Amino acid sequence: MEVALPRPRAVREPFLTRFLDNERLLAALLLAPAVLILAVFIAYPFVMGVWLSLSSTSVGNPGEFVGLKNFLKAWDDSIFRTAFGNTFFYTFWATIFKLALGMWLALLLNRHFRGKRIVRASMLLPFIIPTVLSTFAWRWMFDPTFSVLNWLLYKTGLIVTKLPFLSDGTWALWCAIVVNTWRGMPFFAITLLAGLQTINPDLHEAASLDGANAWRRFWHVTWPLLKPITIVVVVFSVIQTFSDFQLIYVLTGGGPANSTHLVATYAYQIGVAAGLLGEGAAISLFMFPVLFFVVWIQLRYLRRLEGA
Amino acid sequence: MDTPDSRKTPIPGVDRRTFIKVGGAAGIAAAAGGLEGVLAARRAPAYAQGMELHWVRWNDFIPECDTLLKTQQVPEASKALGAKITLETIGFNDLQPRITAAIQSRAGADIFMLYYNWPQLYASALVDVSDLAEAVAKEQGGFYDVFKPSFQVGGKWLGMPHSIVGNTIAYRRSWFKEVGYEKFPDTWDEVRKAGAALKKKGKPWGQTLGHTFGDAPTWAYPVLWSFGGAETDRSGKKVVINSKGTIESVKWMQAFWKEACDEGGLAWDDSNNNRAFLAGEISASLNGASIYIVAKRQKDRIKDERGEPMVQDIDHAFFPFKGGAGQFPLYFSNGHGIMKYSKNQKLAGDLLRWLHKPENFEKWFETASGYSVAPTKSWEKHAMWDKIDKPLQIFRTAARDTRIFGFAGPSTAKSTEVYSKYVIVDMFAKAVQGGKAEDAVKWAEGELKKIYEG
Repeated sequence: MEVALPRPRAVREPFLTRFLDNERLLAALLLAPAVLILAVFIAYPFVMGVWLSLSSTSVGNPGEFVGLKNFLKAWDDSIFRTAFGNTFFYTFWATIFKLALGMWLALLLNRHFRGKRIVRASMLLPFIIPTVLSTFAWRWMFDPTFSVLNWLLYKTGLIVTKLPFLSDGTWALWCAIVVNTWRGMPFFAITLLAGLQTINPDLHEAASLDGANAWRRFWHVTWPLLKPITIVVVVFSVIQTFSDFQLIYVLTGGGPANSTHLVATYAYQIGVAAGLLGEGAAISLFMFPVLFFVVWIQLRYLRRLEGA
Repeated sequence: MDTPDSRKTPIPGVDRRTFIKVGGAAGIAAAAGGLEGVLAARRAPAYAQGMELHWVRWNDFIPECDTLLKTQQVPEASKALGAKITLETIGFNDLQPRITAAIQSRAGADIFMLYYNWPQLYASALVDVSDLAEAVAKEQGGFYDVFKPSFQVGGKWLGMPHSIVGNTIAYRRSWFKEVGYEKFPDTWDEVRKAGAALKKKGKPWGQTLGHTFGDAPTWAYPVLWSFGGAETDRSGKKVVINSKGTIESVKWMQAFWKEACDEGGLAWDDSNNNRAFLAGEISASLNGASIYIVAKRQKDRIKDERGEPMVQDIDHAFFPFKGGAGQFPLYFSNGHGIMKYSKNQKLAGDLLRWLHKPENFEKWFETASGYSVAPTKSWEKHAMWDKIDKPLQIFRTAARDTRIFGFAGPSTAKSTEVYSKYVIVDMFAKAVQGGKAEDAVKWAEGELKKIYEG
């Protein structure tokens, strides 16, 4: 006897279910908010910046296309060239100091000692305090008249005349590097510390048993394993330092006699104070190829590591 | 159930006929006659209910001026104009970013405070306020000469002049006496000699040549002008900075800096000299009246080396000094601009008109006590000048002969670019750090040529 089994009804799935089952559509949907945010807050300002740099736009005047005129004018400007050179100098030395001191601090904090947690937490303070506030504090310490540092050095007999912390161009740029190092070092230290903690202690133990001293253990065990994270931190730091604005703006305003201007502070001065938006955008875009190169190097290196 | 009475109005006790009559009168008055019309109609203008006006000014160096505006005058103006007026005060350095962002986005405050020659910079975004400016000038003795080249663009007033912060030399009377100057020296050479004698006694002159918006340019430009230097010729198209007068001014500054000044001034901002003066660290400084006013208000705390209130030993002297090509200061001329994107331009104009009514402006003027003076000359005769302390009375006529940057040409946006790049300030700053005066002037000439002739 044949029994007719109930045929399953061809139930059409709800639209939403079908939609969610379609991986391509779902991926597009999930990516859409991020793409939208990137488009509005990153791509649009960037494209706008490129357009401005190629135009004669000033505040309230749309301007017209002028090609590379703004870039050529900037390159012909001695203040810009000083600012451009300063930006490299400032970024290079600040990054070197932050890396060296951050690594040293991370190695120290990786050891066991009493009060380790408090020290680790307090180390983050320079990074947590808003840059403007901490730079104001530093400005007070470097103040030409009331500098507490000058006072201390004078009282301890180490100097007989005030040190020109901010009133001499060379001193002022080095002071800015010191403040940047102080502020950025915790970022290096905490990230490198996180990297250090992922290194298996057995490796160090094995190296010790093989007779490696502290330096050889660092160079042959710690450093190779820490290198990927170090590269990432250095690249982030270079990007932030190269485009630094607040610190110089508050500490020196670019003076004395433009000796501490960076590309970002000079772009602001031209774009906002002088109202020349096109020229200001061109000056700030000089940072782009440099930063693009830095990011490209990083990505290339990381890809090589992944492939290895 | 009540039947609505068609003759009733929202205002109890006022019938429809009267309501229409008064409302119409006030509306027409506001449209046609501005504040005078409003006052004639004895009603606030018929601005749409809930109309708001946003007004942005700097944080005044005399906080009492801000307090007066915020707690008394803005509420009074709101009532008189029938609109909600909001006054926001921000730091000077935040004004330009705010104005730039507002103009580019066509949204923001209805009225912004403007400085120096900013109407030249923002000309395309500012409303013509010639009617208001000319009426106030006519009524109050005419504007000081500095306003025409700085606030007028193409013959139109694009900013309403509001006030001038005068600068003079604040100095310690007894210290100058100690080095043989019963009266403040009044020539460039004597100033240098007196300063040198004081520096030897550990009481230097304190002046900034840093990147500051006030004290550095108001010191550097007049030194340049007083020795006969100028940025351009009268056309504004030919750079003439590399001249005998400019080189002499730079040489004077080099010597003065080394012999008489606190050389840390290269890194000072606009408030360093105030602090250094009130701490007894410097003998003199070009400044507004704020040093004196603060010393007076805090006389129990700010004392001299004898334990007496320092204010008793502070006096003011005119700057710049005799012996050069003339006396031409650069003061802090300021005013207000109504933005073209504003939907409340009429109301904004009425607020400025209200603000400059003598009876209203007088309250602000008296509160400023000489730190800021009026934009028009008739206020030099105001009774306040006889009531305030003698050292402050110098500010009564301080605004005469003021120049604006760009001299000897017109004060255009290009001259603002020169000011914003601190070319003139840095010409002096470079020279005082070493090197030849001629080289610093040549550097400035190169920068100016790129701006004016490029």
